[in-house]
Amino acid sequence: MSNNVTSQILSFISGRYPQVEISSSDNIFQIGFVNSLFAMELVMFIEKTFGVTVPNDELRIENFHSAESMTELVDRLTPATAGV
Amino acid sequence: MAAPVLAPVDELVEPVEDRASARAFAAEHIAPYGNEFERAGRIPEQLLERMSAAGIWAPFLPTEVGGAGVSMVTLGEIHEEVGRACSSVRSLLTVHTMLSWTVQRFGTAEQKARWLPELAAGRTLGAFCLTEPEAGSDATGIRTTAVPTGDGYVLNGGKKWITNGQRADLYLVFARTGSSIAAFLVPRNSPGVSVTPIKDIMGTRGSMLAELRFSDVLLGSDSLLGPSGFTAGMVLTGTLDLGRYSVAAGSVGIIQACLDASASYTAQRKVGGAPLKDLQLIQAKVSDMVTDARAARLLVAEAGRLKDAGESSTLMATWIAKYFASTAAAKHATEAVQIHGANGCGGEYPVGRYYRDAKVMEIIEGSNEIQRITIAAEAYREMTTS
Repeated sequence: MSNNVTSQILSFISGRYPQVEISSSDNIFQIGFVNSLFAMELVMFIEKTFGVTVPNDELRIENFHSAESMTELVDRLTPATAGV
Repeated sequence: MAAPVLAPVDELVEPVEDRASARAFAAEHIAPYGNEFERAGRIPEQLLERMSAAGIWAPFLPTEVGGAGVSMVTLGEIHEEVGRACSSVRSLLTVHTMLSWTVQRFGTAEQKARWLPELAAGRTLGAFCLTEPEAGSDATGIRTTAVPTGDGYVLNGGKKWITNGQRADLYLVFARTGSSIAAFLVPRNSPGVSVTPIKDIMGTRGSMLAELRFSDVLLGSDSLLGPSGFTAGMVLTGTLDLGRYSVAAGSVGIIQACLDASASYTAQRKVGGAPLKDLQLIQAKVSDMVTDARAARLLVAEAGRLKDAGESSTLMATWIAKYFASTAAAKHATEAVQIHGANGCGGEYPVGRYYRDAKVMEIIEGSNEIQRITIAAEAYREMTTS
């Protein structure tokens, strides 16, 4: 599940910024191309693709630093919605 | 000048839940009075009440809170039909939509329970408060501050060019919190809030613009809407996206209204014994209105479809729709006045109003220059260059 999630997130980022090569652990904010528009796109992508809703207390910058941190976010949200 | 007085709300008002019902409502209750609203510089309370009775304020909200659960595509169609009748009324819908959507998307359970039924019913009208005297499209220039007090915030500063600021009951205020910004829900009747009407504006004269001052306004911790810090930018991005979508739809309405007025006028007005519509230069203008109305409508519908699907590409689609539709509206409003000649410059026909209103569409919710920069940046971002 997690590897697949990470792969889809990286694919989304690469689709938006094909000129940049990033790994799953790269901090996309440090690379310097993230603005509030792309941040919103990321949230919408995650919610649409993985069927989760990102609550306000998870809308923290550290959750979107990298594909890995976003994968952890998706993993955290998925059991909470699927387990009840 | 006093606002025009409509008949009391004593008849059954049909609910507005789609394009057809919105068109019927606008044709009966708004369009005949558009020029009067403009001259009065306000929308009469009777119309606001009728809009509430029709459920037109926030029909996209779920039925559980009193909305109609309409899709974003349908919402765009409703705003187009209202914008076709009067951009000032549509602008009230725009800012109310922005606040309502933001509460629905980012509000806590308590905030939703408190405000969404009020917003859906139109008992509470909302306004969007971002622009300041020294900060327009550049949100980083915001100087209004919200300083944490431990159990809430103290709000100080001011906002300008606030649509429906004169009448709205609840403001969505963006303020600086340290190094970032955050959104706050501020009731107009909060102590320390003062409202000064802005008059003598060029377009959307009936939209009840105001300048707001906040002087040591005490806000509870439950006034914070959405996250603070960097991700608060997402709240603003999402809110403005809805605003642009509504303005784009309203701009389609202006183009259609220009077409309606121009086709009607040129079919009747004669020059040299023949109607104006027989002149090919007139036909060229009308054909361009038809074409751009359809093109802009399709762009808005596409942006709405992507919103309904939850696709992130809706953000850029909305930028493009707003840019195209507002530019076309300004162009065709100019031509509509030209077609009407001296009559277009007077107050008997609506096209002078369309002309003034259309110019505003190119400026609000992000000037078209900012939009072109953003659209171009998107093109360069997606280029595969190293």
